[in-house]
Amino acid sequence: MKETLRKLDFLLLPLLGAAVITGLWYFSSATWAGDLPNPTKTWTESKPYVLDPFGKRGEMDQGILRFTWLSLILVAKGYSIALILGTPIGFFLGLSKTFTKAFDPIIQILRPVSPLAWLPLGMVLFAKVKGVNISEMAALFTIALCSMWPTVLNTAVGVRAIPTDYMNVARVLKLSRWKTLTKVMIPATLPYMFTGFRLSLGIAWLVIVAAEMLTGRPGVGGFLWQQYNALVYEQIILCILTIGLVGFVLDRLMSVVERRFKTA
Amino acid sequence: MNDYLEIFNLKKVYPSAKGPQTIVQGFNLKLRKGEFVTVIGHSGCGKSTVLMMVAGLSTITDGGIVLAGKELDGPGPDRGIVFQSPSLLPWMTAKENVMLGIEQVFFTAEKEERELIAEYYLTVVGLADSMHKKPGELSQGMRQRVGIARAFALKPKMLLLDEPFGMLDSLTRYELQAVLLELWRKNKITAMMVTHDVDEALYLSDRIVCMTDGPEAGIGDILEVNFPRPRDRKAVMEHPDYYRLRAHLIEFLEVHAHKKKPASTVPAASPAVAVAA
Repeated sequence: MKETLRKLDFLLLPLLGAAVITGLWYFSSATWAGDLPNPTKTWTESKPYVLDPFGKRGEMDQGILRFTWLSLILVAKGYSIALILGTPIGFFLGLSKTFTKAFDPIIQILRPVSPLAWLPLGMVLFAKVKGVNISEMAALFTIALCSMWPTVLNTAVGVRAIPTDYMNVARVLKLSRWKTLTKVMIPATLPYMFTGFRLSLGIAWLVIVAAEMLTGRPGVGGFLWQQYNALVYEQIILCILTIGLVGFVLDRLMSVVERRFKTA
Repeated sequence: MNDYLEIFNLKKVYPSAKGPQTIVQGFNLKLRKGEFVTVIGHSGCGKSTVLMMVAGLSTITDGGIVLAGKELDGPGPDRGIVFQSPSLLPWMTAKENVMLGIEQVFFTAEKEERELIAEYYLTVVGLADSMHKKPGELSQGMRQRVGIARAFALKPKMLLLDEPFGMLDSLTRYELQAVLLELWRKNKITAMMVTHDVDEALYLSDRIVCMTDGPEAGIGDILEVNFPRPRDRKAVMEHPDYYRLRAHLIEFLEVHAHKKKPASTVPAASPAVAVAA
C-alpha cells in the first residue's frame, strides 16, 4: 500500500498542492475578497470560452485558444525580431572589447526597463510612420526590446567562452573569416545561444500581456484587461491560468531544443 | 646549406604584474630536412613557448624563424601541429575534423580526392572503423590519433608536436609513439617535438635539445641520438648507449631543477600551463 502511494507521489502531491490553493481561493472569495468570484463561479462563467475554444462572437469575445493563438502570433513576430537583432549584437559584444566598452553600460541601463515603459515610446516612434498598424508595431517593438537581452548576453558569454584550442585550429588552418564563423564560432556558441533563446522566449511571453493591455489588441492579455474593465472578473483567472500554461509549455519545448544542442 | 628550419636568437618577453618577464632568450637552433628533434625541459621552462612561436600561435618578441628559406610570419597550414589536448571540434566527426584542414590545403582537388586523403590518414592511424564518430565517442588515445592524422593529412613542411602524448596512459602512449614514428619515417617529414618524457625523447629523436630553466631559458645541451632506424622500442632500450644517454638527460634535468627549487614542487603539466609555458 505504502509502496503504491509512493509511486503515485508524482501525481498525488501536485494535486494536493492545487487543492490547497483552490481551498484558499474559496476561502478568500467567501471572506475578505468579496469581489473575487469563487472557483465554481469562475468555471461556470468561463465555460463558453473553454468549451468553444476557437469560437468568435466578436472582436473581444472569442474562444480562449483563439485568443491564445492571436497572442502567440504576436509573440512569435516580436521574438523573431529579438533573435535576429540580439544574436549578432551578442556576437559583437563577445568579439570586440571596444564594442563592449561602448555599448555594455547602455545595455545594462536599458535591460531592467519594464515593458510598460517601452510601450508608450513605441507608440510615439511609429505614430508618424505611414502604412503600419501603430499598436501592432508598438507591441512588437516592446516585445523585441524587452526579450532580446538574454539572447544578447548569453551569446556574448558564449563567444567569450570559445576555447582557445578551437580558435588555434582555425588560425593554423588559416580558415577564412566566414569559415571560422560558421565552422568554429557559431557551433561553439550554440549551447549558450539556445539558453539565451529559451530565456528570451519566457520574457517575450511575459511582455505580451502588458503589450496587449496597453494597446487593446485582441489576445489573452487584451481579453483579460477588457473583462476587468467591464467588471466581469470570472475570466481574469481563466486568462491567468491560460497564460501560465502556455508559458510553461513554451519553456518545456525550448528546453528540449536546448538540450539537443547541449549534447551536440 | 642543409638547414630546413632555422631559429635565430629567439626571445620571448611576457608582460606580468612585476613588469616584463623574459621567458626565453638567445634560443638558436637549426634542424636539417627530415630530422626529428625533441626539446626537453621542465614544465614552465619555456619549451612550449618556443614551439608555439614556430607554430606562429605565439608572437615573437625578438629574433626570427626561417622555414624552407622563408621567414615565418604567423600561423599557417604549412606546419602541422599536434597539441597536447587533441583540440578536435566536438561537433564534427573524426573525418570532418581532418577534412576541414584538407579543404584548406588541397582546395583545387576534387571532393572525392580530398575524402580519400582523409580516409587514408585516418586508416593509417588505425581509425578505419571510427572515422564517422564524433570526438565525444572516442577515447582520449583515439582522439589524439585523429589529431595526428589531421596534422599529416595537410602534407605540411614540418610537424610540430606539443607534448602530444602527455595526457595518455603509458600503454596508449607507447602505441601512439610507434604510430607517429612510422608516419614520420614514411613521410620523411621534419619534426620538432616538446616533451618532458626522457624515454619518449630517446625513442623518437635524432637530436635532443635540453633547455635550461626559465626565466631567460635557453639551450643547455644538445644530444645526438644515433640509434639505427627504423627503430624498435626493445632494440632501442637494449642499445649499449641507451642508459648512458638516459642518465645524462636525467642528470641534466635534475641539476637544472635543483638550481631553483626541489623537483617535487614543480607543478605538473596541465594543458593551460603547457600553452602558457
